[in-house]
Amino acid sequence: MDLESLAEKERLPREIIAMRVAKELPDGGYVNLGIGIPTLVSSFVPEGRTVFYHSESGILNCGPLAEEDAEDIDLINAGGQFLEAVPGMSFFDSAQAFAMIRGGHVAVTVLGAHQVSANGDLANWMLPQRGVGNVGGAMDLAAGASGVIVAMEHTDRQNNPKIVEECTFPVTGQGCVYLIVTDLAVIERTPNGLLLKEVAPGWTPQEVQALTGARLTVAEDVREFEL
Amino acid sequence: MVMRDKVYATMDEAVADIPDGSTVMCPGFSGVGVPRNLLAAVNRQGARELTCISNNAGTTDELVDVGTLVEAGQVKKMICAFTAPTHPSVISPFVRMYNEGLVDAELVPQGTLAERIRIAAAGIGGFYTPTSVGTELAEGKEHRVINGRTYVLEYPLPADYALIRAWKADRFGNLQFRLAQRNFNPIMAMAATITIVEVENDVVEIGELDPDQVHVSGIYVDRIVKIPEDGIWDGAKPGL
Repeated sequence: MDLESLAEKERLPREIIAMRVAKELPDGGYVNLGIGIPTLVSSFVPEGRTVFYHSESGILNCGPLAEEDAEDIDLINAGGQFLEAVPGMSFFDSAQAFAMIRGGHVAVTVLGAHQVSANGDLANWMLPQRGVGNVGGAMDLAAGASGVIVAMEHTDRQNNPKIVEECTFPVTGQGCVYLIVTDLAVIERTPNGLLLKEVAPGWTPQEVQALTGARLTVAEDVREFEL
Repeated sequence: MVMRDKVYATMDEAVADIPDGSTVMCPGFSGVGVPRNLLAAVNRQGARELTCISNNAGTTDELVDVGTLVEAGQVKKMICAFTAPTHPSVISPFVRMYNEGLVDAELVPQGTLAERIRIAAAGIGGFYTPTSVGTELAEGKEHRVINGRTYVLEYPLPADYALIRAWKADRFGNLQFRLAQRNFNPIMAMAATITIVEVENDVVEIGELDPDQVHVSGIYVDRIVKIPEDGIWDGAKPGL
């Protein structure tokens, strides 16, 4: 396989990754979205489905981002963006915000990642060269009883695989990832390893495997991305 | 009701006795609910060798926060969940000083930080959490398997002082917060030996706050100061 030509080959945009993840959100579910691609997911929730967003800043039922002239200094999401006030919002302190996460009350967590391993370990809180690091709420989200969907680019900027046999970056949690959605593939973690279920248009399972650092089992009914 | 008056006239009087070497809780989340007036007063007061407990180690904007104390050399150790701005190209005073060995840090996952503070307030000796199991932050900690799941033991995190930002207060020290301003404020107010509160609205008489709408009971609160008109307002308007 010619990796250099694969590096040039067109991949799916971030919005499509977000759109594919949005399909996984259950109607009426409580959802926590991390920063980066996961934040985009809220724009693509399928019609007729209602999702309630949880924020570590102490909010359940977050509304959309506030208009520029209607920002309220006391109303921000976990990324520090100003939110619109909407009916049904509730506010609570940080201990409660994390009880909701660790206690499994939040049904789906979507996070970005530096690396995901074959057994579902997640590395997303620190690159080794970066001092003390920023753990934030990442380890609590990874430990949440509900598990994690990872939304990320399939490789890093140097085209190194981000899906690996074992994480080489410091891990955030062990065995917590159950689904990986990238700009090339949808991969499910099963007791028998990683199962390649969907590929980006124009990509073959073999090409996806060539850019993946862990062994993939190709699903019998592997298909093109389903949006 | 006979009680000691908890209302102080100025921020400077309210923080005057904080000695060198104190542990100080500083709430706030992304700039919301930060006790900026009390932090400015501690900065003027000049206490040093402080251990500060906070969600982050200070931002890079112009506003007073815990990073102001770090930059002034008043802090020997930060206990926090975020040590650096989220973008690697932005270097905060804390990062620079940590790299120079001028300040120490203990990194704690945000939920574990909150729960350690909460149990300190509640007199609980420790708790087992799945957070950080299998990571470098769990190294050296006691592990225990409960019902088939592995947990790590975490200990309470008390403080000598908590600096709190509230929306409304009465003379007894009952507090209310507004929107996401709550974050670490209630649990830190509960966990410190001396809890000092800056309040956005006038401190009202006892009985004027709806008792069903009190977020923190006055039992935890020792000192209350109204933010003056020329104080640091964050854009929030009095009376909101």
